[in-house]
Amino acid sequence: MLSNTADSVRASLNRRGRWKIGEIAFWLVAASTLFLLPERHLILNEIAIIGLFALSLDLILGYAGIVSLGHAAFFGLGAYAAGILARDGFADPLLGLGVAAIAAAVLGFVTSFLVLRGSDLTKLMVTLGVALVLGEIANQASWLTGGADGLQGIAMGPILGLFEFDIFGTTAYTYSLVVTFLLFVVARRIVVSPYGLSLRSIRDNALRARAVGIPVNRRLVAIYTLSAAYAGVAGALLAQTTQFVSLDVLAFHRSADVMLVLVIGGVGYLYGGLIGAIIFKVLQDVISAWTPQYWQFWIGLILVLIVLAGRERLTERVRALWPRSRGRTVDRPQPLTTTPAREV
Amino acid sequence: MTPALETKGLIKRFGGLVATDNVTFRLEQGARHALIGPNGAGKTTFINLLTGVIKPTTGQIILQGEDITGLRPELRVQRGLARTFQINQLFPAMTPLETLGLAVSERMGGGRDWWRVIGSKTAIVDEIVEIAQRFRLTDVLDERTSKLAYGKQRLLEIAVAFACRPRVLLLDEPAAGVPEAERHELLATVAALPRDVSVLLIEHDMDLVFSFADRISVLVNGALFTEGTVEEVSTDPKVRAVYLGESVDE
Amino acid sequence: MLTILFDGIAYGMLLFVLACGLAVTLGLMNFVNLAHGAFAMAGGYVTAVLMNRHGVPFLATLPLAFIVPALIGLVLERTLYKRLYARSHLDQVLFSIGLVFMAVAAIDYSMGSQQQLIQLPSWLQGRVEILGIQVGLYRSFIIAVCGALVVALQLILTKTRFGSRLRAAVDDPRVARGLGINVSLIFAATFAVGSGLAGLGGALGAEILGLDPTFPLKFMIYFLIVVTVGGTTSITGPFLASLLLGIADVAGKYYVPSVGAFVIYTLMIVVLVLRPQGLFDRAR
Repeated sequence: MLSNTADSVRASLNRRGRWKIGEIAFWLVAASTLFLLPERHLILNEIAIIGLFALSLDLILGYAGIVSLGHAAFFGLGAYAAGILARDGFADPLLGLGVAAIAAAVLGFVTSFLVLRGSDLTKLMVTLGVALVLGEIANQASWLTGGADGLQGIAMGPILGLFEFDIFGTTAYTYSLVVTFLLFVVARRIVVSPYGLSLRSIRDNALRARAVGIPVNRRLVAIYTLSAAYAGVAGALLAQTTQFVSLDVLAFHRSADVMLVLVIGGVGYLYGGLIGAIIFKVLQDVISAWTPQYWQFWIGLILVLIVLAGRERLTERVRALWPRSRGRTVDRPQPLTTTPAREV
Repeated sequence: MTPALETKGLIKRFGGLVATDNVTFRLEQGARHALIGPNGAGKTTFINLLTGVIKPTTGQIILQGEDITGLRPELRVQRGLARTFQINQLFPAMTPLETLGLAVSERMGGGRDWWRVIGSKTAIVDEIVEIAQRFRLTDVLDERTSKLAYGKQRLLEIAVAFACRPRVLLLDEPAAGVPEAERHELLATVAALPRDVSVLLIEHDMDLVFSFADRISVLVNGALFTEGTVEEVSTDPKVRAVYLGESVDE
Repeated sequence: MLTILFDGIAYGMLLFVLACGLAVTLGLMNFVNLAHGAFAMAGGYVTAVLMNRHGVPFLATLPLAFIVPALIGLVLERTLYKRLYARSHLDQVLFSIGLVFMAVAAIDYSMGSQQQLIQLPSWLQGRVEILGIQVGLYRSFIIAVCGALVVALQLILTKTRFGSRLRAAVDDPRVARGLGINVSLIFAATFAVGSGLAGLGGALGAEILGLDPTFPLKFMIYFLIVVTVGGTTSITGPFLASLLLGIADVAGKYYVPSVGAFVIYTLMIVVLVLRPQGLFDRAR
């Protein structure tokens, strides 16, 4: 009896860590687009980058409950760090990723202390303020960033000295997808680890988390820093694969868009950012083809409808399709990458 | 013998109001000690001072002979001072299993571990099983905490604190709001707490105090009014006047 | 120097009229309405359209610049906003950003993306010298109108029955309800008036702030600064914050154009971190 309970406890605890069939299928489909959709690699590259960016937001919003309206600060800093590095002759992409990650992590670490305290509103304002300040700096320091003209003259070397970027975006997409996948794997381990569990407990009830002996602030600083590093890598990927950086990477709409992407896909289960990125980009493509200037209207409408319909309820429904804690192996094929992308 | 928990001249002022008035208090090793007092007597403030949620104006708090007055709340927990809350403070979206796993792995220093899943450690699993059985939660381990019956939530409330393996456990009205049918189960688990845990019980319910405690302290207007064995306090006419009288009549 | 101070005050007064509705929404309903600027934009466009297409004189457009956004606000409050009062701030933010996006695109679609210019009546143009200071007539007009509004608002809040009910509802909606105050009616009325004031501010400010479809996004941060720095428990807090912001912004842009906005954002962060309740609120 006792060992039975122990076994079932162990099984329950380990279940979250195991990869489900749906997840494996998701990544297999994603990988297959490398071969099946060669003419779509440019947009798929963008999807992967936005997906990674939204994933980084999910780490703080979905798992630690920190709201942010300024996540573009880290994305933009990463983009500029990688871009400036490449412009100044350090053309190795992986080096750029590393530097971008560190730069964004440092900014994340420093600013994390500003968002520890205060209400949601204060957090929204402070994060927004940090992004605005950074945007101002990038705008004024045109000797470094190119200011409003954008950062030009980025020339990337081959990845690992082997793979040159091509004009079809195939190398770029492969590169972004691999980086996103690797970082996803790490994030996935983190959220099911004891550390990840402690984050969820803080989100649920910080008072009790403290009473269990969890150093709440330190945990939040850590995840905020990590999330910033992820966002920085996403920004760096954008800079490297498009070989251009403009002030747009720090703009408010970046922060708002990434929030939207995550909300469309659903908060708090890691795939939300990726699925949201697919839906967002495909929608953007479809609507822009139909009414190029005013796609913002429809995206706004979608946002309003999602909130009115009850964001959490919708997410619960998506999650229900996705076998999680119950460990069922039956699953509807979740990834939608191929079909809608082909339609556009 | 060193007391399990001790306060010396503890004072807390909020502006002009003295919420805790020069409280010097000892909780002996293995004690079953009850802290009673009318509403507004400062029991909650006293608990918050002990756990470090608020800082005292002056005075000392000593846990197992070690001064913890300046320590942050989570560090006090790590040194063996755990509490339950009068109003449930649980993690509604997590299961009891995850909740207990969290508490146990934090205590074992696993909270910084970001690479392994909890279930991979036998010591943690065994301890979760043991606590679940002690607090009769085995059947509901995989349910969402928010869906549990109130009595089970109350048990989980104590179980989480117990999972921190405290030397001193502060129970804040553990039976509050528990329906009659589930009450017996709860009281039985409280009575069966191991003797190496010293317990300070904050309670309104005199039946529970008399059946559980061997010593009673009475707090009135933020100050210790009297202290003694159950007989001494329950027969003390002054105590009856300020407190027991109204409570017994309830 | 004094001219800059004067311009700053005019700017600050304008900001207050624009943002005070937001302060009330936040204080009363605890609702983070990022779409507040859209109502201001609506007012601006009402004035611009009436003047430029129908030849209505400037002053005559102002009442409509108040009424139209107020009505829009009232309808939206009754149909949509009220469903979200109990939701998380995140939901409110998402919802109101959605509204902003829709408003921006809709105005862009119907009016075009260009700046809307309005021709001020000749008696409001130019500058005069008063006590040795060069003051713009239009800015004096703004100060006079906004000043009158501030006084009127303060009187309504402190002297009327509606004002005392409103304050009761801000303090504690549940108690207010228990006292038989129709809180939901007060919510609706205040929301409408706040939207109307924003519209009026948008119309008055069209000449100074500029008016194009991106208006709600451009000035969102300014409104938020006013509210977060000023606090939401009184009307004086946001008012002082508006003046401060207006003067700092004008002076900053004049003296140190390269760091102007930077300083304001940084100051906002500092205030928020040190005084999350706002600069002028007594700590609770």
